[in-house]
Amino acid sequence: MAKHPTPLLDQLESGPWPSFVSDMKHAAEQRHKNPRGTNQQIPEGVIDDLLGLLEMSFEDGTTHWKHGGIVGVFGYGGGVIGRYCDQPDKFPGVAHFHTVRLNQPSGLYYKADYLEELCDLWDMRGSGMTNMHGSTGDIIWLGTTTPQLEEIFYELTHKHNQDLGGSGSNLRTPACCLGMSRCEYACIDAQDICHTFTNEYQDMLHRPQFPYKFKIKVDGCPNGCVCSIARSDFSIIGTWKDDIKIDQAAVKAYVGGEIAPNAGAHAGRDWGKFDIQKEVIDLCPTKCMSYEGGKLAIDTKNCYRCMHCINVMPKALRVGDERGASILVGAKAPILDGAQMSSLLVPFVPAEGSYDEIKEVLESIWDWWMEEGKNRERLGETLKRLGFQKVLEVTGIKPMAQHVKEPRTNPYIFWKEDEVPGGWTRDINDYRKLHQR
Amino acid sequence: MATVEFKGKTFEVDEDGFLQRFEDWNPDWVEYVKESEGIKELSDEHNKVIEFLQDYYKKNGIAPMVRILSKVTGYKLKHIYELFPSGPGKGACKMAGLPKPTGCV
Repeated sequence: MAKHPTPLLDQLESGPWPSFVSDMKHAAEQRHKNPRGTNQQIPEGVIDDLLGLLEMSFEDGTTHWKHGGIVGVFGYGGGVIGRYCDQPDKFPGVAHFHTVRLNQPSGLYYKADYLEELCDLWDMRGSGMTNMHGSTGDIIWLGTTTPQLEEIFYELTHKHNQDLGGSGSNLRTPACCLGMSRCEYACIDAQDICHTFTNEYQDMLHRPQFPYKFKIKVDGCPNGCVCSIARSDFSIIGTWKDDIKIDQAAVKAYVGGEIAPNAGAHAGRDWGKFDIQKEVIDLCPTKCMSYEGGKLAIDTKNCYRCMHCINVMPKALRVGDERGASILVGAKAPILDGAQMSSLLVPFVPAEGSYDEIKEVLESIWDWWMEEGKNRERLGETLKRLGFQKVLEVTGIKPMAQHVKEPRTNPYIFWKEDEVPGGWTRDINDYRKLHQR
Repeated sequence: MATVEFKGKTFEVDEDGFLQRFEDWNPDWVEYVKESEGIKELSDEHNKVIEFLQDYYKKNGIAPMVRILSKVTGYKLKHIYELFPSGPGKGACKMAGLPKPTGCV
């Protein structure tokens, strides 16, 4: 049945983990049988040829996709990743093998009807293979031909009310944790923020106008379930300002062993009886907690809101009521000048309503970076090159101790001319009057 | 590589329809490509964008950033998309004969 022998790939069908090879073989067979009589618009053998091409890469240890590829739909400058194989005669099914990015719903909640509609479209106009989801969050459709792109886009937008995601030097598809939908730690409505920002900045998402790519991610709390601090240029992370709420009775229940610590996350191994002193009090990074006389106390002033105690005793400890978000900026992968995580820019910002305070920070950063950023320079690199001080200036944020982990250790300190009495204009002759040569 | 024949001239192109050699560009190329880029009639504004891209490329060896294209031509990005529906990269650069944009696109 299989079009190409795949002895190496076949080995990946054994073992307990779901095998992508088995899935692809099944999908290839379905394309040949075509039980629903789908009017397939790209080669029937696309998956067989993909397996064949992949097997070839397994044999010779090198990729068989040509460099780059520029395809898309009219009106947009991104959304589709063009790809052509470098063995089109041997594997005609993947001569064109473009990837289409679809903007996913915040939190990745779906209805079966909706996914089925999308699958019907993709079975007809693409390979039927997907990536659920790309690292940035998009639904990824793997493999179609250039003539199908506008057809797909027409049906997506007209029949399914579904748009493409981002690619290129633009705002990429924002993503979030599942936030308040089913997490008691969520300090902000991460999904709503993600959705609101996606809609607000559609133009930035579809038409590249930045020096380089720019990503927004929203985490409901510092646990970072969507990794915004490491995977987005603009990281919005929920937090709170007031006291952690303590239910002393529930604390006792944890101590008494009636409730499992960490909601039973370590039940796979015997770690002994829960020891609140050892597992919570002593692990608090600021040592601001105490447990005396059966009563848990937290000195909020010194709490960093690291989430550890709440994570260990979710039924006893809750995030505060005065909630908002921190904004951190600049995360990026190593290329060019080294990996960065985001740096704290705004310690606390309200995150309600239309999120105007957050938008204001974002837009002033864009105004600046679009003007000053070099070609293919991520925001994090612009910050390094021009200095963190600069981003404080353009966002109108006052420097504060929370902006640094530690003060600089070198003395190469720049002053503004107007900060220094007398300024920079000096006459050497005046100096010579007091100091002979 | 595919070759395209148009008005007695031949152009060597890649899969995405970009010219293989900038030196092969001539005004007929624009005529040939415009339809596939969703352009009915070429206006002076189209030509202004194309000429600037070519000048910049000849001087600097790369395509200009979008910001620079906007600044020099005076056209906002929105207008550039009105002129070139597939955008400054796939649309205008292709018509101007510049090499295919690369990187994480």
